[in-house]
Amino acid sequence: MTIWIEVDLCNGCKRCIRACPYDAIELRDGKAYILDRCTSCGACLEVCKEKAIQTDAEPRVIPDFSDRKGVWVFAEQRNGKLSQVGLELLGKAQELAGTLNQQVSALLLGYQISGISDILIKYGADNVYLAERKTLKDYRTNSYTKVVEELVNQYRPNILLMGATHIGRDLAPRVSRRVGVGLTADCTELSIDSDEGILLQTRPAFGGNVMATIANRYSRPQMATVRPGVMEALEKPGNKGNVIRHKFSMTEKEIGTKVLEIVKEKKKGVDLSKAKVIVAGGRGVGDAGRFKVLKKLANALGGEVAGTRVAFEEGWIPVSQQVGQTGQSVRPELYIACGISGAIQHRAGMMNSRYIIAINKDPRAPIFQVADWGIVGDLHEVVHEMLRRLNKGPSK
Amino acid sequence: MNIIVLVKQVPDTTEVKLDPKTGNLIREGIESIINPDDRHAIEAAINLRESTGGKITVVSMGPPQAIDAISEAMGMGADKGILLSDMAFAGADTWATSYTLGKAIKRIGKYDLILCGRQAIDGDTAQIGAQVADYLNLPQVTYVSEIEKIEKKTIVVKRQLEDGFERVQCALPALLTVIGQLNRPRYPMIGNLIDACKEKAPIKVWNAADIGAKANDLGLEGSLTHVIKTFAPKFKREGEIIEGDTKEAVNVVLGKLRENRLI
Repeated sequence: MTIWIEVDLCNGCKRCIRACPYDAIELRDGKAYILDRCTSCGACLEVCKEKAIQTDAEPRVIPDFSDRKGVWVFAEQRNGKLSQVGLELLGKAQELAGTLNQQVSALLLGYQISGISDILIKYGADNVYLAERKTLKDYRTNSYTKVVEELVNQYRPNILLMGATHIGRDLAPRVSRRVGVGLTADCTELSIDSDEGILLQTRPAFGGNVMATIANRYSRPQMATVRPGVMEALEKPGNKGNVIRHKFSMTEKEIGTKVLEIVKEKKKGVDLSKAKVIVAGGRGVGDAGRFKVLKKLANALGGEVAGTRVAFEEGWIPVSQQVGQTGQSVRPELYIACGISGAIQHRAGMMNSRYIIAINKDPRAPIFQVADWGIVGDLHEVVHEMLRRLNKGPSK
Repeated sequence: MNIIVLVKQVPDTTEVKLDPKTGNLIREGIESIINPDDRHAIEAAINLRESTGGKITVVSMGPPQAIDAISEAMGMGADKGILLSDMAFAGADTWATSYTLGKAIKRIGKYDLILCGRQAIDGDTAQIGAQVADYLNLPQVTYVSEIEKIEKKTIVVKRQLEDGFERVQCALPALLTVIGQLNRPRYPMIGNLIDACKEKAPIKVWNAADIGAKANDLGLEGSLTHVIKTFAPKFKREGEIIEGDTKEAVNVVLGKLRENRLI
């Protein structure tokens, strides 16, 4: 497929330049010009009012998927313990299913786990598809893929979401290939397009420098993985749900892998995903000694301390406490960013916090754009003053 | 033991900057590199070859200049290279890419192990490995942090988890995706690099016809997902700057926190 410009029709309006996700069109002598970078993605075709951008590709027909119903969530469990991201996805699924007027279903696979079904129903599942068998005790790619494949083919859902965990990122692509559908990784936003009724999947690209919204028009279910900590779990009081058991069998030879041992390594540091308050520091903190003061503030607020990539590289925090694109995503009630300029990579990991306070001496630091309240000033003075006031107690 | 390594040439995204006016990526002057995780896959293949013998074939899909990534892999020690390059491959999502790579691997034929990096830094999807494995009907282990043992029909590896690791035994042939902890990739040897850039270097370039793929299964046309919009990340918050000296500002902020029952 090739894309070209009919120069006579082009009026130089630049719409295509703005629409191009690859920055592959520029204006030359007042006309659009396609550069080598063009991947023929076709994003420019729709925006050209003059029909000056042409292609030899035939328009693709979107199949009729009106019979595909239901928003499904893979409810990941390990050793009988449900992962938080499954509940977070059920929260989002309730919203999506509400818009579509469809049902929410959870997929629960494992061994001796049927008790978990009630939790899934409490968090919004109308149906729980339960596959319980010894061969499913530990997550294994082939056995889990087979179960999901069978369920998808039997019940034909519209949407299928999984957490972008080490399990979800192993399983989701495998399932997508198996059932013949597209897949979008690591989404941070999901919504239903009001015209087409399709799932809009938004995710960071190019290391978080750009956000891309992706559609999955040509196959069902529309599949996406979602980073843990981005969506919100939502209890649905009084919800009633059905548990539908799925029979399954597969031989060890067909599965091909065997888990010899699962070893838990003691977590170094703290669990940021559960912290209500996070006090985070960046380059502006200056040194390890002064970073300790942030820890004091975190303690005073009943929270945890975290940091940017720089803070990790400087050795002020362990990697488990790094927030951002290459670290963790967090969504505490309160996030206090101290001496953090707010590079997009960092913002991607904390912008879903309920409230954000930024303290920075540079008033132009991008962190202020994502803050509810900002203090321009020396962070050490500010932190000390906050500590002094907090230690004095709530009365003024 | 014959090993295929899948590599991708990527822009060095740690260098990516946005044009503050247009919000577009500034691509000029950004270096293309072998995707970091893929270098660990190449290194792992070379280490395995030392104990098991056999040949290493590096496969990459990309524009003509991606041949540099293959040359570099051969500089590190790979035996052969295949570049999948055709305008028809352009704009592919992971569905179409895994089909293209899968077709090419079928044409290569005999192999015992396929190694890939966990994910590429430009897309961060971590989907290709698993999708290729499924296309070829192979077992897979992702997030491999250590290769403990390899025998004729099985391999034992450590697979990293969020809170530890699991030891997995996997039947061969199989596909593994590897992470940085696995090894320290060597630098290419100048002599090897020079050989890899010679005309007679064992590098082949295959197009759509060579792998027997239909055009409408490839590239953008063969893709199931499409980017419909890109934008610079936007944030909705007001960004109220609290005025006054430190004492006053802290006073106001603590007041806000109390108001919202945060303290």
